[in-house]
Parts: sequence; C-alpha cells; structure tokens
Amino acid sequence: MGSKTPLYDKHVEAGARIVDFGGWDMPLHYGSQKDEHHAVRTNAGLFDVSHMTIVDLKGERVRDFLRYLVANDVAKLQDAGKALYTSMLNEVGGVIDDLIIYFMTESWFRLVVNAATRDKDLAWIRKQAQAFDVAVNERAELAMIAVQGPNARQLAAPCIDSEWREQALDLKLFTGMEAGDLFVARTGYTGEDGWEILMPAAQAPVIWDRLLAAGVVPCGLGARDTLRLEAAMNLYGSDMDETISPLEAGLAWTVAWEPADRDFIGRKPLEVMRANPDKRRFVGLLLEDKGVLRNHQRVVVDGVGEGEITSGGFSPTIGRSIALARVPAGDYDSAHVDVRGKLLNVRIVKTPFVRNGQVRIEL
Amino acid sequence: MSELPGELLYTKDHEWLRREDDGTVSIGVTDHAQAALGDLVYVELPEVGQDVTEGGDMAVVESVKAASDVYSPIDGIVAAVNDVLADDPETINTEPYDAGWIVKITPSGDIDESALLTPDAYQALLDEE
Repeated sequence: MGSKTPLYDKHVEAGARIVDFGGWDMPLHYGSQKDEHHAVRTNAGLFDVSHMTIVDLKGERVRDFLRYLVANDVAKLQDAGKALYTSMLNEVGGVIDDLIIYFMTESWFRLVVNAATRDKDLAWIRKQAQAFDVAVNERAELAMIAVQGPNARQLAAPCIDSEWREQALDLKLFTGMEAGDLFVARTGYTGEDGWEILMPAAQAPVIWDRLLAAGVVPCGLGARDTLRLEAAMNLYGSDMDETISPLEAGLAWTVAWEPADRDFIGRKPLEVMRANPDKRRFVGLLLEDKGVLRNHQRVVVDGVGEGEITSGGFSPTIGRSIALARVPAGDYDSAHVDVRGKLLNVRIVKTPFVRNGQVRIEL
Repeated sequence: MSELPGELLYTKDHEWLRREDDGTVSIGVTDHAQAALGDLVYVELPEVGQDVTEGGDMAVVESVKAASDVYSPIDGIVAAVNDVLADDPETINTEPYDAGWIVKITPSGDIDESALLTPDAYQALLDEE
C-alpha cells in the first residue's frame, strides 16, 4: 500500500488500474491508454498530479538563492506568476531534478519538483538554503490537477471563481496566478495547451467531478508518458539523472550562461563539458521498421559508436514508434536500434514529434 | 472480471490453447493478460514452419506499456500465424479468444495436459493474484 492522493477514491470510482509510482498508488489508465492519449490531443483530459512535490521558498534573499541553486536564471522572472523550467545540478554538473519555478512575489517563489525525488530534493534545497536564510516549506496539503488539450481551458474555466475566470483565461503561456484558494498556471507535460491547477486537498474531488461532468476525460500515467514522449519532454530518472549533465540530455536551453559571473551549483564542470566537442547528442528517433522502441535498447551508429534509448515507446498520434536517445557525437541522421537481437532502422529527427495536435516530423 | 471460456486449456503464463479439428492447436493470450498489457500496438510473429519447444518464446506482444513474450506451451511446428495482427494488433484486446489468436501449432507428439490448467485451475490462479 502506497501513499494516496486526495483523488484516489475518484480513480477507483472511474475504473482505474492502479499501479505503484514512486511509492504512490496512481492510476495507470481507466480502460484505454490510447483513447486517453487521443482525448488530450483532440479535446481535453485531466490528470491527477497531486503526487508531485510543491515547495514554497520564502525570504528576503530567495531570488539570490535560486540564482545559485538552479542552472537557469530566475533573473528572467520579472512579472508575477511567470514560470521557469530548469534543472537543479549537483557539484559535478549532474541533474538532481528538473523543476518548474513560479515567481510569486519578491520574497516568495514556488517550486514544483518530481514525486520520486522528493526526499533528496528537499534535503538538498534545505541544505543550500541555510546560507541564504530562506524558509523551505513543503505544501503537502495541496492537490494538483492538470487539465490538458485544445479545449481544456474552456472546459475547466467554470471551476475558477467568476471573479478570476477571465484573468485565468487570459494567462499567457508558462504563467500562473492565484485565484482564491486555487493557483492556476498555463503549464503542462503533454505538448498541448491547458492548465495545471493547485488547490486545497478537500476541493480536489469536487473539481474532479465538475471536470468529468464537463466531458473532460480522466487520463492515467500511461497516457501522460506517451504524451510527454511525443512532446519530447524529459522524464527524470529515464532521460537524465545525477550522472548526466543537462548538456547531454537535451536541456542546454535551460542553462543560462549569461551573465558569466553568476555562480550556480555545477557551473564549472558544465563549462568544461560545454567546450567538449565529444559530448553526446540527445536526439529524437523515428522507427522506420515495424516494432516498438523501448528504454535501454542499444543504438548502433555505423562507424561512429553506440548509444542508448532513454525513453522509447509507441506514439499513438503518429502510429509508429518513437524514442529519445543519447548517442555519440558526430554528424549523421540515421542509425540502428538493437531490438531483441535484430538491428532495426531508425531516423534521427528534430523534436518535438508532436505539438498542439500536429505531427511535427516528416514521416 | 475476466472472461474465461470453458472449452479451452490455459497456462500459468496467461495463455490459452484450443484443439482445432484439423489437429493443430491455436494459442493466444487470455482476457486477463490483454487487460494487464493494455492497448496492444505490435505483435512479432514467428515464421510458418518454424520449430517451437515447450517453454520457449515464439512471439512477442507489445502494448503501449511494455513488451511481453509469448511462450509455446507445447513442442511442435508453427502451422499458421494470425496475419490480421500485423495491421490490427488491438484485435487481441477486443477478441482475445477468437479473432485474436496468435499462432497455430502442429504438435510434434501427444500433448501433456497435466502440464496445463483447466478453466477452474486457471481461475484459481487468477484469484490468487
């Protein structure tokens, strides 16, 4: 028996197949993972993401603290509610976790970190926060629902009190706001438009029911994974971990090198790697043959070397198998993947595979 | 509650066997197995004429979630494969005991039914899980 979110009974009621995910009893799917996936690409789906860890940081020097703690630069956050995606590195430049930071006020920033990494993240943040006199407060009492899809915001809008509804619908991408007891952000992990809504636990089942009644489809972790893979969004623990630098995990865009005098944890080893021409590429793969690419399969680049699939699976939107992979440096656009002893043909493609309902790669 | 036809034999690996009139044995995966796998997206089939041995892998069913081996419950030769599955693997989800059969095997000898499960015994196995 694992931890249960405030929506556990709702999952059971909706016929979920429950699985363990990082110590949490979570829904894998409610019947058909593929149907849930398509609902998000074409209409709207909702996900219980209450297992994720919400951390509020408060203090006079909280901005300075975050400029030191993470690889991206929170100096970019100047408007209240604005969000920033980044990674938090260790001293050797490996990824402790990836996270989203929301700028609430000059003395209050909010982090959303992964569930499976909760303990080590909190310990690390608390340790680093001491020198900056920043208070670290986990908000375990908050639940979180992601509503995703082209119709998600319109269908979910009635759940926002009318006082804030218009403002919520006007939120720009990657921005959030407080709406009474709720915190609404135009963020997600699917490659579709939508909101992530934080709320007091007691309200979660009420909002869940309202969204279902509005025709939003409940979606499990299975669809969440195929959606994020199509959107080429990294999964911590699969695509990167403490032994992998963000520069070899497709996360170079989340590292702010300027200003050059900003000292953040992991900066020095990262600069060494940045100058290394042999660092590995992190690429998207499209399977040209029949079959399914899976995590940890071997990628063989003729005359160059070998790499590994970090996230592989079947793309319901494309109808073929796709993957993210870490592969050797070099200029090439095709490779082979060892699937049960057979070398299948893959093409290296520019990610994302799918965005806003549209296939973005050439088939 | 998964469906469990009474005229079939089963294995602990969640496969079913049906003795056909032409002497072959059809093999597929059970309703319980397809539900556990989730939506199927690919089936790797053996070649017709290929030898199979009891307990050896002979096909692979892949769902959105994972790949799973299909083992041969008997010794024999592959007499036919279900080509429908190449384009419509989800047939296994919708009709696991009928249109979703995977291979037909010509047994190389008598089938040792004591190594297989009756519907009641298979049901008992499911109840334990």
